[in-house]
Amino acid sequence: MDFNDTPEEAAYRAQVRTWLEANAPRRAVGGDVEGADTDYMPASKAWQAKKAAAGYACITWPKEWGGQGGNPIQQVIFNQEEAKYPIPPNPFQIGLGMCVPTVATFADAETKARFVGPALRGEEIWCQLFSEPSGGSDVAAARTRAVRAPDGSGDWIIDGQKVWTTGAQFSSFGIVITRTDPDAPKHKGMTMFWVDMSDPGIEVRPIHQMSGGSGFNEVFFTGVRVKDSQRLGAVNDGWKVSLVTLMNERLAVGGATGAGWSEFMEAARSIPGLDGRPALKDQALREKLADWYVQSEGLKHTRNRTMTALSRGQTPGPESSIGKVVAATLMQDLGNEALEMLDQFGIISDPALAPLKGAFHASVMSAPGLRIAGGTDEILRNIIAERVLGLPGDIRVDKDIPFKDAPTGR
Amino acid sequence: MNFDFSDDQKFLKNEARKFLDANASAAKVRKVLDDDKVAYDAALWKAVAGQGWLGAAIPEEHGGLGLGHLELCVIAEELGRAVAPIPFASTVYFLAEAVMLAGTDDQKAALLPKIAAGEVIGCVATSEGPGVLQASALQASVSGGKLSGTKLPVTDGDIATHALVIAKENGQAGLFLADLSSGVTREALQTLDPTRDAAKLTFSGVAVERLGAAGEGFALLEQVTDRAAVLLGFEQLGGADRCLEMAKAYALERYAFGRVIASYQAIKHKLADIYIKNEVARSNAYYGAWALNTNAPELPVAASAARIAASEAFWFASKENIQTHGGIGFTWEIDAHLYYRRSRQLSLVAGAPRVWKERLISHLERRNAA
Repeated sequence: MDFNDTPEEAAYRAQVRTWLEANAPRRAVGGDVEGADTDYMPASKAWQAKKAAAGYACITWPKEWGGQGGNPIQQVIFNQEEAKYPIPPNPFQIGLGMCVPTVATFADAETKARFVGPALRGEEIWCQLFSEPSGGSDVAAARTRAVRAPDGSGDWIIDGQKVWTTGAQFSSFGIVITRTDPDAPKHKGMTMFWVDMSDPGIEVRPIHQMSGGSGFNEVFFTGVRVKDSQRLGAVNDGWKVSLVTLMNERLAVGGATGAGWSEFMEAARSIPGLDGRPALKDQALREKLADWYVQSEGLKHTRNRTMTALSRGQTPGPESSIGKVVAATLMQDLGNEALEMLDQFGIISDPALAPLKGAFHASVMSAPGLRIAGGTDEILRNIIAERVLGLPGDIRVDKDIPFKDAPTGR
Repeated sequence: MNFDFSDDQKFLKNEARKFLDANASAAKVRKVLDDDKVAYDAALWKAVAGQGWLGAAIPEEHGGLGLGHLELCVIAEELGRAVAPIPFASTVYFLAEAVMLAGTDDQKAALLPKIAAGEVIGCVATSEGPGVLQASALQASVSGGKLSGTKLPVTDGDIATHALVIAKENGQAGLFLADLSSGVTREALQTLDPTRDAAKLTFSGVAVERLGAAGEGFALLEQVTDRAAVLLGFEQLGGADRCLEMAKAYALERYAFGRVIASYQAIKHKLADIYIKNEVARSNAYYGAWALNTNAPELPVAASAARIAASEAFWFASKENIQTHGGIGFTWEIDAHLYYRRSRQLSLVAGAPRVWKERLISHLERRNAA
């Protein structure tokens, strides 16, 4: 048991380091993929193009797609080394991690050849149009309709609304799950298409989040006409296609973000506590800090266990499924405790006055979203219970009846 | 990255499970639970010695198998899973570790082979009353090489041949090795977990030898306890995972309102929460195992985190296992209470979780300030 690279991994790491040393950006570009401001985009695209040219954009992809045919641990090694440089925000993740692999799996050779390269090089960005006002956790409740055009051309006309679409405002293309047979049960009447986001029938409106940002969008489809050749998978087989998309979600081995236990501890050294001594001397606070440390370390070493499985060429165990459900609540609790540590001063979120430029306040305001995005706390517990522990699925009253007859509450 | 046990270590774990399934069934644990006169499973103790487990981490020159601490960790996990009613922790995690850490060559030569052979049973005598033991309040004392004083509770104190004792000598705390063959009065105590007996020990001029330097008793005890904490953490983890299995098995067979109760989200989410805590504990335990096995400077922090996470996981799993069972889980006949009891014993035996939390933060406070 150790934390060392295998000789092959060490050699790969050395190669990556050499390349990064010669090519990685040295100056930070501000910005956040989930922020409204996209000034970082030229820098992001330039860095992506550079990686693509050297085969580092999608290391595990086959060589004919522009990858290296590498293994997942090599991608992890690259990510670790890349993170040591001030790299720009990465708006390509959803496209390259989920959308493009779906297109590559289901589209014809010509379509694949058209899209893979530009996406890899960061020239075209993709978004994933799944969630709807009527279904976030329940993706198969999608109501956005696709019907055959009446002119016999075989084209489809899409009408409806998607929501919580990350990056739609700067995406060239998207994959969209639609309802094509409302008379069939919900999972058996959906079809997937790729769409050109510049279509005049597609309108993107930013969502104003409770945290103040606007990284997500509502996307409205009004009479959007697509060719039958834009269909991904068989008609009414979209649910299976969407499972391929979701399976391609990137490896959950990324580190935690935001202010954590060590930032809290540093702040608590200088903030006065109950008896005038530093807050770090408050016993109740020390016990909480210990709990957060244990959780953070637990997640860190769970990632190390996942990496170990990848390193040994094994499929990672189910333990990585605990990551987000623990991290999101940890972020919320720790952030809030930091606010309470500040006592009355805690209401001040002004970065000029608040500790760590308001990082704890940002945690408190973004944590509710983190507890929802990519699977709510409740859905993640269902997933652990069903897929890891093998407990029965929930009873679904809408599963075997025509979609149009399923209860909707309105 | 190689942050997992090796195939050989996993094989050993699997063999240990098979051995304990055959030799430490719940029925056998209950013989110790139900009979006040039986302090431990002597036959199992002998069999475990025969497997070489007592000397797994003891060097071959001293009669052990000379394996590493990683091997001891996987054995500990299986012992915890079986709630084995034997003085393994007292003897191996504490006594053997203390002797290996601070014993003289003579002490090692005298004790380690006997520990490996199962001829010595150890115990740790530190507590003298309610609350956290403070150096300033320490009553037990050594004078002219003879120990006097009272310690309680001492897990395995009723059956031990040797004790690690913290006591004052010339006004300074030292850690002493006591031969319990004479001069000690033992009084059995009623405890929460009768499968791991404890006693009140009264020493009246018992011959002792000091381990380590004068005045460094608490520092040495802390080092020994850090090592034991990792191993106890694996026992707790084994128990916690067994509780999850029991809860899952019952939830999948029990019907209420026309459905198996495992189909209700209230139960599914409860079991998911047990799983989450167990995995947080497992990952921390692995880090503790690495630090223990490599004698890393991170050991005090790693051991504290492992101990805190494992205590929390076992407590949560053992109590929610009972709740998942409902009424039947509250009966003597169902094994759930064996784990509930053991979770209390293991959480308290080497310092309560709040003691470890304070220890963890103190270490981090110093480390990050440096």
